[in-house]
Amino acid sequence: MLNVSGLACSRGERRLFSDVGFSLDVGEWLHVQGENGSGKTSMMRLLVGLSPADAGEIRWRNEPTPSTEFRRDLIYLGHHAAVKEDLTPLENLSLAAALDGIALDERAALAALVRLGLRGREELPVRVLSAGQKRRVLLARLLTRPAVLWVLDEAFNALDVAAVKLLGELIAEHLSAGGMAVLTSHQPLPVPGGKALVL
Amino acid sequence: MNAFFATVRRDLLLALRRKSEVLTAVFFFVIVTSLFPLGIGPEPVLLKKIAPGILWVAALLATLLGLPRLFAADHVDGTLEQMALSPSSLGLLVAGKILAHWLLCGLPLVLLAPVLGLQFDLDAPALGILTLALLLGTPLLSLIGAIGAALTLGVRGGGVLLALLVLPLYIPALIFGAGAVEAHIAGLGAGGHLSLLAAMLALAVFFAPWATTAALRIALE
Amino acid sequence: MNQSIIQWFRFGSPQAFYPIAGRMIPWFWAAAAAFGIAGLWISFFVAPTDAQQGEGYRIIFVHVPASWMSMFLYLIMAFWAGLGLALNTRLSGMMAQAVAPTGALMALLSLWTGALWGKPMWGAWWVWDARLTSELILFFLYLGFMALQAAIDDPRRADKAGAILALVGVVNIPIIYFSVKWWNTLHQGSTINLTKAPSMAHTMLWGMLLMALCFWMYSIAVALTRVRAIILERERHTDWVKHAVE
Repeated sequence: MLNVSGLACSRGERRLFSDVGFSLDVGEWLHVQGENGSGKTSMMRLLVGLSPADAGEIRWRNEPTPSTEFRRDLIYLGHHAAVKEDLTPLENLSLAAALDGIALDERAALAALVRLGLRGREELPVRVLSAGQKRRVLLARLLTRPAVLWVLDEAFNALDVAAVKLLGELIAEHLSAGGMAVLTSHQPLPVPGGKALVL
Repeated sequence: MNAFFATVRRDLLLALRRKSEVLTAVFFFVIVTSLFPLGIGPEPVLLKKIAPGILWVAALLATLLGLPRLFAADHVDGTLEQMALSPSSLGLLVAGKILAHWLLCGLPLVLLAPVLGLQFDLDAPALGILTLALLLGTPLLSLIGAIGAALTLGVRGGGVLLALLVLPLYIPALIFGAGAVEAHIAGLGAGGHLSLLAAMLALAVFFAPWATTAALRIALE
Repeated sequence: MNQSIIQWFRFGSPQAFYPIAGRMIPWFWAAAAAFGIAGLWISFFVAPTDAQQGEGYRIIFVHVPASWMSMFLYLIMAFWAGLGLALNTRLSGMMAQAVAPTGALMALLSLWTGALWGKPMWGAWWVWDARLTSELILFFLYLGFMALQAAIDDPRRADKAGAILALVGVVNIPIIYFSVKWWNTLHQGSTINLTKAPSMAHTMLWGMLLMALCFWMYSIAVALTRVRAIILERERHTDWVKHAVE
């Protein structure tokens, strides 16, 4: 499904990595590893199509990316909070879905927030939530947005023990339901199996 | 198209939660136009002559004031990345943001202009032409301004740079917008000016969101 | 791929272009000097004194070619910028960046000589004449382009952002030009016009054309010199630059 070959990237004068290749199929996940500054985030941004690669090819369902189909199948959560501080978690979820052109009824959105442990905070502005709770609002999008490929950059940061465990469960469920995931993280991840890519 | 309206609704909702930002530009417009009679003197004939120019220049600057915020907040918190990766076309979402910007920063100026025009002794038909010219011209300002806002996104000294990039491109809108009212006062009829403004607006509606989208993708790289 | 296209791409690489540009520059300087001497000789000694304007009109031999150049160079800059955006070639962006300061200089020269001519003719250094006003706006567009490129640290992003601005500018320049002209006629502007005023004698036309050629050659020479400097700066980490500078 996802085939990457010969990927190269440089920042300014420095070559970050070259000739990176891997492929992912249904139910598989990839752990991108490396030291600080080795290009993990750059790799993720190349993969989702935010920045162009110096060389190499990324194919999704045998089509070169970025295509509309790829974007429909993809969810990318990066370092940024990507939630609006002045809106409530519920508004954030439903507006994000509306922008993506996805119908989302309020019950499904509420269920996602409850699953992420935000019960009773649906109607508060995000600005009063803690850093970890803001992160959970973002992660709730994994449940409200149907996507095959999850690309999560440092998604386990700023999460407490319970949330790390929960995210591990969500990823495992997603994989067993026929999804795929690409994750970066410094620590070992609570998800079984997985391919490794060291930059 | 639903994504377009969702973007408009989202930006209006955000502005509603933070009213001060919108009101600043409107107050700026009111204050700047009121300063001119104080600087020039209260002579009605002179004020009537320069009124269209003053109101238009003030509208230009007031629009400029709101432009840096058009994409900056979404850029900083990562929402813009999400928009760029959304299954909806980024161009459509950008067009929605531009429309929301006009509703928040342009439309209030259009509605206020006749009231401020009274300060300058403009008669009712001239006020009508002024309002109509602003109604055609302010969306044009938002559309052109969005290109500049996208180009200067996350750039050092972005606000001042934005003014330098955008103001020369605003000149045709200023000339035809203020010219419409002047032509009407001079008894020449404003039809030509207004149709040229409308033509430029039509051109910008097709061209500007596309250029803005390209600039945003570059800014996100 | 066909052989000639490969050749073009080879010249399109900064490394290959650097020595070629170096060899071409002296020729363009020589041509600029030759056309300049001939043009100045005609404009000072051969062209007749104008009946209305006396000797003062001779400044058009600098003013008109400078105005032409400032407009041509914007088109050339936008052409390179667009090419860079479409084909993603590194050299194109460098060319656009190299042309911009010369274009701005030509616009400034045109404004300055316009003012010098305007003082005796209109009795004022500055008159809101349609051509002068458009030239002023063109000067602002050049400044905006250069300021945007200077403000962005990453040269690739600077090239692309500058390219979009240059293309937006190209679409707008005719609109700006006609709007300024319209505005000028509505407000009953000056009736004497710098380029139309003297009923142009043949010798005057020749002088102007030679000066225009001189400015072309000068602009190419300066742009090539500047693009060489930009190549060295941007490729300073590569081996071939280290060898070239030694």
